[in-house]
Amino acid sequence: MQFKEILKMALSSLGANKLRAALTMVGITIGVFSIILVMTAIGALQNSIETGISFLGSNVFQFAKYPVNIDAGGANVKKKYQNRRNISYQQAQRYYELMQGNASEICLKCFGRDLKGQAVYNGLKTPPSLTVVGTNRGFLTANAFTLGYGRNLNDEDVALARNVAVIGKGIEKRLFPHESPLGKVLRMTGHTYTVVGVLAEKGTSFGESQDDFFLMPITRFFENYGEANRTVNIATQPFSTELYNRTLDKGISAMRIARGLKADQDNDFEIYTNDSLKSAFLNVAGVVSIGAFVISFIALVAAGIGIMNIMLVSVTERTKEIGVRKSIGARSRDILRQFLAEAVFISEAGGILGIILGVVGGDLLALWLKVDVIFPYGWAIAGLIVCSAIGIGFGFYPAYRAAALDPIEALRYE
Amino acid sequence: MVTSTRPVGPLVIDIENITKDYVMGEETVHALRGVSLQIHKTEYIAIMGPSGSGKSTLMNMLGCLDTPTSGRYEFNGKNVAEMNDDELAAIRNREIGFVFQTFNLLPRSTSLRNVELPLIYAGIDPDTREEMATHVLHEVGLGDRMNHKPNELSGGQRQRVAVARALVNKPSIILADEPTGNLDSKTGEEIMALFEDLYQRGNTIILVTHERDIAVHARRTVHLRDGLIETDHAGFIPELDLVALERP
Ligand SMILES: Nc1ncnc2c1ncn2[C@@H]1O[C@H](COP(=O)(O)OP(=O)(O)O)[C@@H](O)[C@H]1O
Ligand SMILES: [Mg+2]
Repeated sequence: MQFKEILKMALSSLGANKLRAALTMVGITIGVFSIILVMTAIGALQNSIETGISFLGSNVFQFAKYPVNIDAGGANVKKKYQNRRNISYQQAQRYYELMQGNASEICLKCFGRDLKGQAVYNGLKTPPSLTVVGTNRGFLTANAFTLGYGRNLNDEDVALARNVAVIGKGIEKRLFPHESPLGKVLRMTGHTYTVVGVLAEKGTSFGESQDDFFLMPITRFFENYGEANRTVNIATQPFSTELYNRTLDKGISAMRIARGLKADQDNDFEIYTNDSLKSAFLNVAGVVSIGAFVISFIALVAAGIGIMNIMLVSVTERTKEIGVRKSIGARSRDILRQFLAEAVFISEAGGILGIILGVVGGDLLALWLKVDVIFPYGWAIAGLIVCSAIGIGFGFYPAYRAAALDPIEALRYE
Repeated sequence: MVTSTRPVGPLVIDIENITKDYVMGEETVHALRGVSLQIHKTEYIAIMGPSGSGKSTLMNMLGCLDTPTSGRYEFNGKNVAEMNDDELAAIRNREIGFVFQTFNLLPRSTSLRNVELPLIYAGIDPDTREEMATHVLHEVGLGDRMNHKPNELSGGQRQRVAVARALVNKPSIILADEPTGNLDSKTGEEIMALFEDLYQRGNTIILVTHERDIAVHARRTVHLRDGLIETDHAGFIPELDLVALERP
C-alpha cells in the first residue's frame, strides 16, 4: 500500500474525531513548546554572545573583584568575595603603568552603583537611575560603545580631574531636546559637569538600557564621590587577536604585582574573558535547559500515554472496520501501518505546532532582550524525530492489537 | 444424490472432511462435523439449512476468513492451511468477493471509495482504481450514487455497493452470506436478479440462504444440518428441498 493511501486513511479517520485528535495533540504541543521556547531563547542569546555584541568589546579581558554570577553560589560564597580587598585606584594605576606598551587600550572604570545618578539641566530632569561611571578614554572600546559626536574623555581630563562628562543618548534626549549639549553645564547628584561628548545609541541589552551612561574622568569621580568602599574594574584590549593569550598572561602578572601578591598566594581577583563570560552564561543556560527538559519530558510522556489511550479506544471502536478491511484483503501490516500513521500524525501535528509556537515565543524573548532572532534547526529536527518516536512508541501497541485481530471475531463485533 | 449436468469450469474449491469446533468454557460446539464439497468455476450454488446449522461457519471457511479445526481445503489447487497471512490476504483480496448480510460498508466513505478499497489493498494506481470502481458501480446500477455515503442510500442500494465491492477485483468466486436477509422481499428480488445477471456473465456464485424464494435462483442446492451435508443436488427440487427446510 502506498504511503499516500496510508496518510489519506489516517487523515480521514482522524477527521471523524477532530476534537479528540486535537485534545490529544495539545499534550505533545506543550511538551515540544517548552523545550523549543527555551532553546530558541538560549540559542539567540548564545548567538549574540558569540558574535561579540555583548558585555565586552571584542578580545577584551577584564579584572574585577566579583565574579559574574556571584548570586549563583549562595550566601557563603558571596561573603568570601565581599571579604576580598577592593581593587584600589592606586593598584589600578600601577597596573596601567606596568602594561604600557603591551596593550592597545586599558580601561579603568568604577561604577557608582550607590549613587542614584540624576542629571538636571535648565529645569529638566532624568530619572534617578543613571549609570554613573568614573573611567578613562578606554571605556568606549572596552565596552563596545561608539561616540556619537563631541569628543571622548582623554588622558588630560583624567590627569587634571576635569569636571567634564560624556553622556548617553538617553540623557541627551531628555535634557537637551532642542539644543546641542556640547559645552553645556549640567548638574548631576550634587556636582556640575560640562558635557563634552555624546555616545551613539546602543539600545537595551539583557533588558537593561545602555543609553543612560554618565561617564566622567575616574579621578573626578573619586574626588566627588570618595574612594572608600569602591573597587575598580580593569579592562584590557590586546593589540591583536593573536596576542590575546600572551597579553592575558602579562596582564595577570602585572595585576599580581599591582596587588602585591607573593608567589605562593592565589589570585585575589576575578578574570573575565569572553570565554569566561560565555561559560558563566552557559552555566545559567544549562540549569534553565535542564528545567525545560524535565518539563518537556514529563509532558511528552503524559502526551504519549494519552495517544496510546486514544488509539486503544479507537481500535476498539473500529473493530468492525478492521474486520471489513481484512475480509476484503488488507494484510495485517496494512492495518498496523494505518493505525501507526494515525498515532504518528497526531504526534507530528502536535510537535510542529509546538515548534512553531516555541520558536515564535523564544524569538519574542530574544527581541525583548535586543538580540538577533534565530531558527533552531537542530532542535526543530530533534523535536520532529522525538515526536515520530513518541507516535511510533506509544502507537505501536494499539496498532499491533488492531493488526492481530482475527477477521471473523472483528467482523462479528458490534 | 443428483449431480449437475450443466458443463462447468475447473475446480476452484475442494474441501474434504472439514470440521470446526468452538470451545466455550467446558462445552465444545461442533459447528461443522466433516463437510466435503467440490465447487467448480461458473457454478451457482445455494447453501441452505436451518439457523445454527453451520452455513456461516462454512462460508467463512471457504472465504479464507476462518481456519478449520481439521480437514483439508484446497483453493485453486493450493492447500490453504499452508498459506501465511499475506497469501490469505491476497486470496481474500483477489480471488474471493464477499457479500455480507449486514453489508459491512465503511460508514464514512462514499460508494466509490468503498468499492475502491479492495483495489487499494491490491496496490492498483488511483486512476485505474477509480475507472474500475466507476465501471462496476454502473454495472450494479449505481452510476448516479457514487459520491453517496452508506447512510444516504437505501438497504438495496447499500447491498449493491457491497456487491460492486465484491466484484471489482474480478474474483474467481463470489460468496454471499444471506445477502437478502436484511432486505424486504422486493429489494431482495432485485439483488437476486443482479446475481442472476452476474451468473449469466460467467461468475461463480455461492449463496447462503434459508429462504426458498431465494434458493430457487441457484443451479445447485446443498443442505446443511447440524454441521453435516444432508443433500447436494442440481437445481432446486421443491419436494426434496422444501421437506428438508421444514424438518425441525
Ligand atoms: N464464534 C463462535 N463461538 C462459539 N460458537 C459459535 C461461533 N460461531 C458460530 N458458533 C456456533 O456454531 C454453530 C453454527 O453457527 P453458524 O455457522 O453461524 O450457523 P448458521 O449461519 O447456519 O446460522 C452455532 O451453534 C453457533 O452457535
Ligand atoms: Mg449465518
